[in-house]
Formats: sequence, C-alpha cells, structure tokens
Amino acid sequence: MSRVVITGMGIYSVIGKNLAEVRESLYHGRSGIIYDRLRKEMGFRSALTGMVDRPVLKGVLDRRMRIGLPVQGEYAYISTLEALHHAGIEQSFLDVNEVGILFGNDSSAVPVVESVDILRQKKDTMMIGSGYIFQSMNSTVSMNLSVIFRLKGVNFTLSGACASGSHAIGIGYLLIKQGLQDMIICGGAQEINPESTASFDALNAFSIRESEPAKASRPFDRDRDGLVPSGGAATVIIESYESAMKRGARIYGEVIGYGFSSNGEHISMPNVDGPVRAMEKAIRDAGIKPSEVDYINAHATSTPAGDSNEARSIDIVFGNSRPMVSSTKSMTGHEMWMGGASEVIYSTLMMNDNFVAPNINFDNPDEITAKLNIATKTTPFEICAFLSNSFGFGGTNSSLIIRKV
Amino acid sequence: MQNEEIVRKINQLLIDEIEIDESQINPAADLKKDLGIDSLDFVDLFVIVENNFGFKMKAEEMADVKSLQDFYSYIINRINPN
Repeated sequence: MSRVVITGMGIYSVIGKNLAEVRESLYHGRSGIIYDRLRKEMGFRSALTGMVDRPVLKGVLDRRMRIGLPVQGEYAYISTLEALHHAGIEQSFLDVNEVGILFGNDSSAVPVVESVDILRQKKDTMMIGSGYIFQSMNSTVSMNLSVIFRLKGVNFTLSGACASGSHAIGIGYLLIKQGLQDMIICGGAQEINPESTASFDALNAFSIRESEPAKASRPFDRDRDGLVPSGGAATVIIESYESAMKRGARIYGEVIGYGFSSNGEHISMPNVDGPVRAMEKAIRDAGIKPSEVDYINAHATSTPAGDSNEARSIDIVFGNSRPMVSSTKSMTGHEMWMGGASEVIYSTLMMNDNFVAPNINFDNPDEITAKLNIATKTTPFEICAFLSNSFGFGGTNSSLIIRKV
Repeated sequence: MQNEEIVRKINQLLIDEIEIDESQINPAADLKKDLGIDSLDFVDLFVIVENNFGFKMKAEEMADVKSLQDFYSYIINRINPN
C-alpha cells in the first residue's frame, strides 16, 4: 500500500482567487457573501450568494479549449494552474507521466438552458453550435481539463451531490494507495449562477437574512435560518509518497483516512447515523484514535436540521476528546460540489500555518451545538490531524482525514 | 451584397469568430490543413453563416469545399446564384 500525500493546492473561491488571498480571508474571518439583485428580479426567495469574478481566458486558452468550458470549468482551470505550479509540476512532466484527474461536479445548468433555448427558438439543432455539448455534461470539468493539460491517467467525474469534491479526493486516495496511479489531480467545481440554484431556492433551504449578507451563513448558531449557495473551484494534487520523494516535492499533508456511507433514508433530510458511520470508517482507515483528530472542518451549512444532526454525530464520535470544530461555510457559503475539495485546502492551509479559522457568526449555541468545541475566533493552534466532513442529498456522506507529515 | 463584400465579411468572421490569424487568410489555403478548421469548427460555421448571411448551409454541399476560395464561391453562389 502506498502512502498518499498532498503536494499542491489551488483555489478560486469567493473568499480569494488564490491560496494567499484565501489564507488571509480565513485568518481574518472574511465573508464572501453578497446580495444579488438579479436573483430577486428573477423571483428567488433569497438573493444571497457567494460571488467571484469570471476568469478572462481569451488570449490564455485557444478558442477550441475555451468554448467547451462552462463557468465552473473556467474556475477549475485557474485553480488547477495554481495547484500544478504549487506542486512544481510543468507541462513537460504531464506529457511523459501518467497523471490522472478526478473532479467532483454535479451540474452544468447554464449551457443546458441556453442550448435548449436556442433549439426552441430556431427549431434546428445545427444552430446550437459545437461548444454546448462539452459544457453541458456533468463530466465537463474533468473532460476539458484532461484535454487542456494533455493528461494520460484516470479521467472521470464524481457526482455525489454536496460531497462530490470530497469523494473525488477519497477515490483518488484509494487509487494511489492501491498502486494504480502515482499522481491524480483531484478537486471540485461549482458554477455560480441563478439557473443552477433556482430549484434549490424552491426548497426554502436558503437563508433569507438579506439585510446582512455577511451574517447570513451562521453554521451551528442558534439563529441560523438556512444555507447560502456559493461556488468556485478547488484543486488538490495528490501523489504517492514515493513519487513526491522522487520529485523532491514539498508535502503539505498526508491523506490517511477516507470514510463513506449512505443514510438509507430521506432524499434531503440528513440523519445522525450515516455521518457517524462515515467518520468512524475514516478513523478506522486512518488507524488512529478519535482523540488524535485535533480539528474538524464540519460540513455544517447553516441549516437548522443539518447542523443539529452533524453536531450530534460529532458528539457521538468525538465527545470524549472534543476537538476544535469550525465550518468555513460561515465565510464561503455552501460551495456544494466544490466544498469537499476546497475545505480540505482551507484546513490544510490552517494546518500548515498553525491556526484554526473562525466559525464566524456563531454568536449563540443551541442546546445541541453547545456540545461542540466551536472556534468562534481565529485561534493559534497546532493541528496534527484534521477531519473534513461533506454530506449531500440522497444521504451520501464522505469524511477525509489528513495529517501533518 | 457584392462578391468583394462577401469575401471581406467571410474573412472578418473567420478572424473574429473562429480566431484564425489574419496572416493565414489566403484564398488558396486549405480549410483543414492550413487554417486548422476541424469538424467541430464546421459545426460553428453553420451557425455563423446563418446568423450573418441568413441561410442554412447544407452538409452535403460542403463535401466539395476544400479551400478558402471554395468556401467563398459556395457562399457567393448561395447569395448571388446567378
């Protein structure tokens, strides 16, 4: 069995467009949430969202590479460029080594809407053009990036709702651990636009604290009233320890545990048992005791039921050692398909810089969340190992454990 | 539309929409080998022609269109059949 290490990271998020900016936002507890007037005009119940500029890629990528990329693919291109640079990997390395890609993504709404609009208007499929098919598929990110970076290894997308990015790293970890790949570009990408979140808004799941966007996402707080959708892209380069040593690469963390489970119950209501089983499986896989986990980056999205059930789950598994807990979604909003990957990056940045980022807006606990040791402010702290939770619709759960090397 | 204007418009569309370098525009240029227009680009040419010249190209008529001059001639003949 190979050890699996993180040797590069890249991020394009609503709290920063690169690792340095994101590290500053995490440290200072900055929110990336805004009020989007367009959503209100369209009939959204909540106009709140995370927001980031669209990358300008004209002159960077040629036309054929650009026209197949939806917005989340553009975000992912930028985060992957940074991750490869961070890992010290050049195109010449990718050209002669079998490097794979596994990305989490679970929608691509705008190209689907636009191409069908063209068809309805023109009544001729030939008027749709050549780009929309490659933008429309869930596998759009891995499909496009594998061509842009001329990758030759494993190449597919994982769609596991809001745990997609976490499962992508988990499956990549298993492939490398088994000796089937030496290096995989893993990550998660999430489009930001009204089209992709309209039907989610319809579930009354979003915060309507529109007068205070930066205070709307308040995981574990007594007065939380729903999540805030967000997005961007995150890329994590994972490789075998041997490969990293051979390259002389700097190691930012080691993936030591992946646990997964399914709730087997309701399509949208989370439970307690499923997350408990995922966390316990990750701990068993890592071969450590629960008390060796110093920090938990919670899935907590700021929904009343979800945060309560996760708090109960964490208390069941970690009630004796009570590690520090925070949900970075308090700053980023819910990055959905991207979140499992970005939160590994946020936590790894904290681990390498010896601090725990605050769970902002945690003003008052409720009866259940009071059981957790929640970081309310930036806390200097040496993290030797952290656990990152990601849960999604259908009851899919993923827990990853990363430790310092 | 005069033939010269059609040619000018085609050249500009190839530069703006397909992003072909202006220096490569030459009537003798082979669309695939010299200009790098592949099968996917041809799909986009269908859209570009309809949006800019107002008619639908037919795939079967494009079989004999090899050079840029062939493409000029095809468009000119569709717009000015006589």
